[in-house]
Amino acid sequence: MSNAVSQPVTSPFARVSGAQHRLLAFASLILLVVVFSIASENFMQTSNIIAILQATSVNGVLAVAATVVIITGGIDLSVGTLMTFCAVIAGVVLTYWGMPLPFGILAAILAGALCGCASGTFIAKMKIPPFIATLGMMLILKGLSLVISGTRPIYFNDTPGFTQISQGSIVGYFVPAVPLPNGVLILFLVAIVVAFVLSKTALGRYTFALGSNEEAVRLSGVNTDRWKIAVYTLAGSICGIAGLLIASRLNSAQPALGQGYELDAIAAVVIGGTSLSGGRGTVLGTLIGALIMSVLLNGLRILSVAQEWQTVVTGSIIILAVYIDMLRRKRM
Amino acid sequence: MTAAPSPVAPLVTMTDVDKRFPGVHALKRAHFELLPGEVHALMGENGAGKSTLMKILAGIYPRDSGTILVDGTTAALTSPRAAQELGIGIIHQELSLMPDLTAAQNILIGREPRRAGGLLLDEAALNQRAADIFASMHLTLDPRTVVGGLTIARQQMVEIAKALSYRSRVLIMDEPTAALNDAEISELFAIIRKLKAEGVGIVYISHKMDELKRIADRVTVMRDGETVGTVAAPDTPVETIISMMVGRKLTDDVAVVPDLSAAPVALEVRGLRRGKEIRDVSFDLRKGEILGFAGLMGAGRTEVARAIFGADPLEAGEVFVHGKKATIRRPQDAVRAGIGYLSEDRKHFGLATGMDVRNNIALPSLSRFTGFGGVLRESAMRTAAVDFIGKLAIKTPSERQETRLLSGGNQQKVVIAKWLLRDCDILIFDEPTRGIDVGAKSEIYRLLNRLAEQGKAIIVISSELPEVLRLSHRIAVMCEGRLTGFLPGGASQEEIMKLATQRSAAVAA
Repeated sequence: MSNAVSQPVTSPFARVSGAQHRLLAFASLILLVVVFSIASENFMQTSNIIAILQATSVNGVLAVAATVVIITGGIDLSVGTLMTFCAVIAGVVLTYWGMPLPFGILAAILAGALCGCASGTFIAKMKIPPFIATLGMMLILKGLSLVISGTRPIYFNDTPGFTQISQGSIVGYFVPAVPLPNGVLILFLVAIVVAFVLSKTALGRYTFALGSNEEAVRLSGVNTDRWKIAVYTLAGSICGIAGLLIASRLNSAQPALGQGYELDAIAAVVIGGTSLSGGRGTVLGTLIGALIMSVLLNGLRILSVAQEWQTVVTGSIIILAVYIDMLRRKRM
Repeated sequence: MTAAPSPVAPLVTMTDVDKRFPGVHALKRAHFELLPGEVHALMGENGAGKSTLMKILAGIYPRDSGTILVDGTTAALTSPRAAQELGIGIIHQELSLMPDLTAAQNILIGREPRRAGGLLLDEAALNQRAADIFASMHLTLDPRTVVGGLTIARQQMVEIAKALSYRSRVLIMDEPTAALNDAEISELFAIIRKLKAEGVGIVYISHKMDELKRIADRVTVMRDGETVGTVAAPDTPVETIISMMVGRKLTDDVAVVPDLSAAPVALEVRGLRRGKEIRDVSFDLRKGEILGFAGLMGAGRTEVARAIFGADPLEAGEVFVHGKKATIRRPQDAVRAGIGYLSEDRKHFGLATGMDVRNNIALPSLSRFTGFGGVLRESAMRTAAVDFIGKLAIKTPSERQETRLLSGGNQQKVVIAKWLLRDCDILIFDEPTRGIDVGAKSEIYRLLNRLAEQGKAIIVISSELPEVLRLSHRIAVMCEGRLTGFLPGGASQEEIMKLATQRSAAVAA
């Protein structure tokens, strides 16, 4: 009976369109790669491809963290400085205290989870809007990183294996033809795990449900506060992984670094088709979004475009991506 | 296809209007005629095409084919703006005002009078123009009032004023009384009569039969995208109109009150209090009983329900479930005790509309579907969803359909399924059939009766007295936050109204 469909204004194609957006993002990625390979023969060199992937790893991991939060309808502005804070904590544990590598890794991830849990508590229990709560957290962590480190970089020279976290290549060890850095491998692993959590677990289901209609979820008898805190905690621990990646790449924890990374992460999320109003989004889209950004920057650099202009292009891409998303929703 | 030429030239004539949306043939050669100075009710079940037809008239949707004459000349109606210029105004079901602006600013938004060569806004002229429109409506309202602070009824008046400010001669009202109480409805009708006297043609979309008798001159009934017919409102019995809408006759059942004296008490509520909204409310609810809550708008019925459910805090009061004291501070405590609450506002409080049927049904019970490592057992969720789709006869193409695409009645069933799956045996229904069409209403009624027979304890809050009488085994009446009395199932409307308006001496003092 026609009753099953209420108002015919809405089309049944919402899901398809979301996939279309990702397809479009993927097609743009391919297009960029093709254009840059034609423009410069250096672009398709294995070493350059590896460099692009390596450059994506940190922003990619942060963007995955931002994705889960954004799907709940929230935002996390603290991912960048939290990453730095976790790197500094790893530095304290490994370099100042001289503990073995696994403790450093654990400490960084735990610190991330703890800070995420704090942000989540401010938002869920104290009802502070996510934008404000994580803005505050961003500044607190930036300050704490500087205080703890004494505003100086902490080097990991005493922990020889540390650079291997990002720079080494387990894949290359087994398959010498593919010297995929561990950093990239970690990005893929994080993406796969989070994608699995989002699609297959109760946490993931509640993440989407919160972004879709938080009040309905609460009135379903679900402890929304607890799940929201869990989402921010998950995001925080992912930031801890990002902290390890960047510290490993620089072989140091740079306490002044971090601010600005949150915007790149959010940009990747948006380009990947995740809605800032919550309720929909995918990790795959975010990965593509992060790749588009690094391919673009790398390609423009190879073509010797000034860095100032690279930023202008990134900004334009963000606006274009959101505009496409708007067009898609208008059609619904 | 107008039967006989009207003595007055019609304002609007729509002929053979056809409209298709992806997958739905929404209008099939529909026709409609509006005369100046008439209130023309447009009726039909949800999805019958009335809103679509009117949105085409208001320029919101383009039509696929068909002709529309406005004042006897063909009108293109390509945009809301084009419709406005022809004097066609629409007042949407969801009000579209800006709550932080004043009434005058809302009415003249985009057409603000300017001064100083267009540099500055002329607030004085703005307020004067709004005041003039209010005066023409015989409405006393300060144009400088911030709209967000007004009652829904008054906001609606501002909407009407806004529509009139475009010099509208055709005014389309989509369920204007959905959120109004009786006094407010009378105020609205007074204004409609004044507009009518000035020759404005009014299209009145509504589900409420009694309103038709009070206000409408003619009724056009639509069904499945077609115009069934147009009849004169005063001379046509309600049963005829209903059978035109549903294509069959409806029998008006009355509740059969079972003997529940031996049934155990499922829910016991003692001394609930919160400020002026809830004043010392106590009652019992037995297994298998349907307890109706009647009262005027603002009597505190929804407040009591939400407080029992833990959605809002309480100052004092105790709740016993199956004889045991239940500490309910949050909805999750209530759900654990087996209490489910079905809000009147399903879209905001009942469903995650962007998610599918399966996930909505499973939402409160996800822990039951969680296997090793927190992984959801999707196949078990599907089985449960399919099971309830069958049991409750939910009309949906599949359990993966997004709930926003379902009709109101089927959305309500999804919410019911959600609580049944969670093993809730105390169900609180707040306006269970709001926004649900006539045919689906009786289906929901039968479902509630069946649930009671199965031993569920049910509270039904409803503003429609026939609904309370149709369902309740016992009726609790509230007024100004307190329970003014209980009535047996077969009580008369007069008895209920007496209790619903019974202000106690303590309250008056």
